[in-house]
Amino acid sequence: MTASLIPLFIIVPLIGAGLLTMISNSPRLHAAAAIAVPLASTIGAVGMVWLFTSEGPVAHGVGLWPFGISIPLAADMFNALMLTVTGLLTVVCAWFALATGIGSSRFFTPMLLVLLAGVNGALLTVDLFNLFVFVEVMLLPSYGLFVLSAQREAPLTRIAGLRLYVTLNLLTSTLLLIGIGFVYGTAGTVNVAQLAGAATDDPLVAISMAVCLFALSIKAAIVPVYGWLARAYPSTSPAITALFSGLHTKVAIYAIYRLYAVVFDGDARWLWIGVLLFSATMIIGVLGAVGESTTRSILAFHMVSQIGYILLGVALFTQAGLTAGIFYLLHHMIVKASLFLSTGAIEVRYGTGRIGALSGIARREPLIAVAFFVAALSLAGIPPFSGFVAKLSLIFASVEAEQIGAVIVMVAVSLITLLSMLKIWSGVFWGKPSSSETQGGGGTATLVEADTRRRVSLNLAMPAVVLALITTGLGLGAELLLHLSDIAAAGLLDPSAFIAAVAS
Amino acid sequence: MMLALTVGVLIAGAAFLLLQQDRFRVILGFILLSHGVNLAIISSGGSDRRDEALVSGPDIATTADPLPQAFVLTAIVIAFAITIYLIVLAVTGDDDDTTTESHVGPDADRAEEAP
Repeated sequence: MTASLIPLFIIVPLIGAGLLTMISNSPRLHAAAAIAVPLASTIGAVGMVWLFTSEGPVAHGVGLWPFGISIPLAADMFNALMLTVTGLLTVVCAWFALATGIGSSRFFTPMLLVLLAGVNGALLTVDLFNLFVFVEVMLLPSYGLFVLSAQREAPLTRIAGLRLYVTLNLLTSTLLLIGIGFVYGTAGTVNVAQLAGAATDDPLVAISMAVCLFALSIKAAIVPVYGWLARAYPSTSPAITALFSGLHTKVAIYAIYRLYAVVFDGDARWLWIGVLLFSATMIIGVLGAVGESTTRSILAFHMVSQIGYILLGVALFTQAGLTAGIFYLLHHMIVKASLFLSTGAIEVRYGTGRIGALSGIARREPLIAVAFFVAALSLAGIPPFSGFVAKLSLIFASVEAEQIGAVIVMVAVSLITLLSMLKIWSGVFWGKPSSSETQGGGGTATLVEADTRRRVSLNLAMPAVVLALITTGLGLGAELLLHLSDIAAAGLLDPSAFIAAVAS
Repeated sequence: MMLALTVGVLIAGAAFLLLQQDRFRVILGFILLSHGVNLAIISSGGSDRRDEALVSGPDIATTADPLPQAFVLTAIVIAFAITIYLIVLAVTGDDDDTTTESHVGPDADRAEEAP
């Protein structure tokens, strides 16, 4: 019964997007749908999380064809948690986008809903080719969202950023596609449940899957191929950067976790490659971050670094390692979105995110400053917040797996993370409030008087605050999410229940 | 073997064009790349069975595998959509279509800012 409801996660946003495009132009209806549909998705996902605390995975073969013929959609604790957090982030970022004004563009809500459908589909599907299709469903509206701007006229740099983004993603998707073609040629199926363990038995399947994993790694921006993210993400509007930060790379990370757990069956022979690459990702990402000079490009490089941390969980492939990785993934999506939203709110109102161009924002905008500070400390892993739990459990898991090199890297990188967060803090928030240039509607710069009046409205500040509260809550009450991550990790370590659910 | 050679030639051509300077050549490179990949997927269904799967009661010993054909059909429309978008992007923005922009990213956005 519950299984046949799974397709609703994809159907409802798609139908909503179609209807809104066709029948209505009302901004109020569009705004309501942009909040309500992702919220419904989140609530549904919370219901599934609650279900999976007592029950095993559920699956639904679309069209009710027999196993192996239909496209299966399946949910277990891992993707229910992912659905919850991605849904939540979509709600919060849609709220922020509506507050900044880009949400009033005519096709904002339909594109947002198609993006949500693509993310939900990519998280729920158990079929490689269908994964590719849903990744494209997720990417195409992103290309549209990328150029939206409040002034209705995107700056040239945004188009340059978009060209890079589209080109990279098309190349990567094509690589994923040829990998899937090779998997079909060598294994004879693209159903992930039927491929269970296939990569440990047959080296040809292993090479084909490695092509797929490589393509997903480019989408996740790990070290040999991370430059695109650091250049493309800061060049879109702040609301869209925040939205993308939680969705695209994280879907790729989810797919890497799932595919390595099921198809490779956690094969210990190849884990060293992961440990090596992901440690390098942590180091190079954070080094890029300290070298940058605008808030959003610092945060984009931090994302690369944190993706290294998250993926280290799958490179340990122990119960503790996977639990820590999943906890880190969920924590990081929330914190990163919060950081992009708090600095984004300043960028929207003050027209710049350059370090040093602003100062004394903390005195003028105490609410934003607190939200940023909380999320920054959480990102660096300071005790009261969720980042501490995430990092500590990842370090314990690495020690247990005897990856001492990775432990040293993690601790050292945390220090540099804190350093660059303090750089933003001192460059933007600290100091005396000074006069700063502001960009008016048409981009004409006018000098304003130094004042201590707040300019970021409550509506614009609240999304960042809400997410900062969540990371505090997850830090103080980490036991709950750790327990849920533990169940999710058990499902990855022993995927037999997942496979059995899909196969029945 | 013929299929493998064709895929190899197409992808080599794609790799060369993707590294060229003007945007339209890059787009042509992507078109060649998706042609190569589509051929590779078709060959993953086995190239020895050549009959079309359109007869009632097909003979599985001689009929081509229909699943890769459906894959390719889907991949073609997806690549087509993105190619259209890429072509539109090539004519939007700067008035020439060269790819040698050194200033992607937020810094260029605020070039006019006070130091």
